[in-house]
Amino acid sequence: MEPVLAFLAGLLAATGVYLMLAGHMLRVVFGIVLLGSSANLAVFTGGRLTESAAPLIATGSSLPEGVVANPLPQALVLTAIVIGFGFAAFALALALAAHRRLGTVNPEEMLVAEADAGPKPQPVVAPEPVPAPAEAVPEPATAAEKERRKAA
Amino acid sequence: MSWTLALPLLIPFAGAVAALLAPRLGLRPAAIGIVTAGLHLMASIHLAFAVVDGGILASGMGGWSAPVGIVLVADALAAIMVVVTGLMGLAIAVYAAADIDGARSKAGWHALYLALLGGATGAFLTGDLFNLYVWFEVMLIASFGLMVLGGGRAQMDGAVKYIALNIVATIFFLAAVGLIHGLAGTLTMADLPGRLAATDAPMAKGAAAFLLFGALAVKAGLFPLWFWLPAAYHTPPVAVTAIFAALLTKAGIYAMMRVGLLVFPEVPLGEILLPVAIATMVLGVIGAAAQREVHRILSFHILSQVGYMALGLALATPLALAGAILYMVHNIIVKAVLFLIAGIGRRLTGSFDLARSGGLYAASPVLSVLFLLAALSMAGLPPFSGFWGKLALVQAGAEVESWAAIAAILGVGLFTLYSMTKIWLQGYLKPHPDGRARGLDALPAAARRLLLAPAFALVGASLVIGLWPGPFIAAAEAAATGLTDPQPYIRAVMGAPV
Repeated sequence: MEPVLAFLAGLLAATGVYLMLAGHMLRVVFGIVLLGSSANLAVFTGGRLTESAAPLIATGSSLPEGVVANPLPQALVLTAIVIGFGFAAFALALALAAHRRLGTVNPEEMLVAEADAGPKPQPVVAPEPVPAPAEAVPEPATAAEKERRKAA
Repeated sequence: MSWTLALPLLIPFAGAVAALLAPRLGLRPAAIGIVTAGLHLMASIHLAFAVVDGGILASGMGGWSAPVGIVLVADALAAIMVVVTGLMGLAIAVYAAADIDGARSKAGWHALYLALLGGATGAFLTGDLFNLYVWFEVMLIASFGLMVLGGGRAQMDGAVKYIALNIVATIFFLAAVGLIHGLAGTLTMADLPGRLAATDAPMAKGAAAFLLFGALAVKAGLFPLWFWLPAAYHTPPVAVTAIFAALLTKAGIYAMMRVGLLVFPEVPLGEILLPVAIATMVLGVIGAAAQREVHRILSFHILSQVGYMALGLALATPLALAGAILYMVHNIIVKAVLFLIAGIGRRLTGSFDLARSGGLYAASPVLSVLFLLAALSMAGLPPFSGFWGKLALVQAGAEVESWAAIAAILGVGLFTLYSMTKIWLQGYLKPHPDGRARGLDALPAAARRLLLAPAFALVGASLVIGLWPGPFIAAAEAAATGLTDPQPYIRAVMGAPV
């Protein structure tokens, strides 16, 4: 079973890297998710796969009876999945925010922070930002507008 | 559970919760940030005194002792780093009270800031490899928040690169931890060297070490894995850049020292790290020379100076490590204060761009003196704090006859002086192109005090290290001895009380 899972982890990592090389933020995010899954699988497989009982301890005893599965990799993977899930959600939100503010989903075209680096400024390739959907509350642009909203 | 060890961790997170609730309770989050950071500094100093008195402090958390449970450990190096974290945390919290606008503050900036302090403290104190990964994640997710909060276009742009590259690094870290656990069956760092030495799988060990050091090299900003740093560090507010510059890359170097010398003593880290460190120093300082905005120059110098610390680790003699640790403490303080001063300078001149600023020497002699002291210290001139770490590194290089290292240390120091001179000439001496440089009294009184007090305190700390280096050198030597001879650390952790 281990070789199969090891191969699968490698396949996930390769797919993840391939996706991350694409010039599209969403693909990069999916690539990160796949790469993270590959690492999770590697942690799980690294902890050895055994045909054994669940690591449950009977009441009144301090050790499980017989051969049980190693619970530590499961705990590690569970932690890592939660963290990876948080990161994925954050990265998706960031991709959306970057798309709204910068008008592009291609990281290669995100040059705002680098536009004034060096003697010859690179032109900002980004077109006009895409307007936010109607239901989203746009950021108040000026202090006056903020005041008006507060009053309303 | 030892409260001395746990308090520096508990305080920032309790403060973060309080800062989140503050607006509903009618309190100012900034005030909670300052109070919490102050308590954190006090707890850190208390911990440091406990380490000075009683040697290495270790305690199992959650009722489990090593190697099953997670152990918090404070040896000399960890105590030094935690105290410096506390100092920077307080200084920058005070600065942030004036620097961070109301919208960011309301969105939870101060809570994220305190979580970042807690994450860094955890990374310095933990004795468990997986727990180290978790603390790095805590630091990272807090830094993500600080990176994007209130973000305009430039901030979003920087954040995309910062976040994508850092997430990949943490995935490598996790994979390495998984491989190491599979090999050794333990993740307690003190238990690992013995268990790893007993396993016979050089390829798997090599792969795990490669993934781990690769991930930490990204965190530390070592060449050629550093691209996220200059792409992002100049985009958020100055207070964010200052705390990032103080803690993030240095936590990476700290973890490299810890893991490299304790867990993987047989990996020939120095052979790879020496050229990497020299390339980081040289290319970082050349990158800085090409920039014409103060905060970008300083960002590239972070890289170059991380190279010095990596160089000390690459040489790995007790003297070189002591030099690297002393240099790290100096650099955390001085680098952050240079960012803080640059931020004040921008408030007075209206721009970070050297071409569009100037006249600060005439407008504000006080700020000029602060900058000059910090800049000369950064360049490593005697008798400032940067000198002693560099001196120890040069001596260590001479001991092992690594002339390339010595040439890099001295040459890069010269280029650092060049960059600092450039800022001094164009930002301070040259008249402002529009004649618009204002004096410090142009700032509102409250903001002026909040902005200047940390700058004074940190420049003062740098001067104290420079003029009275004895105790600091002794502390750095004790920390270096703890790294080169890990037996007391291992004994303390494996015999740690619950």
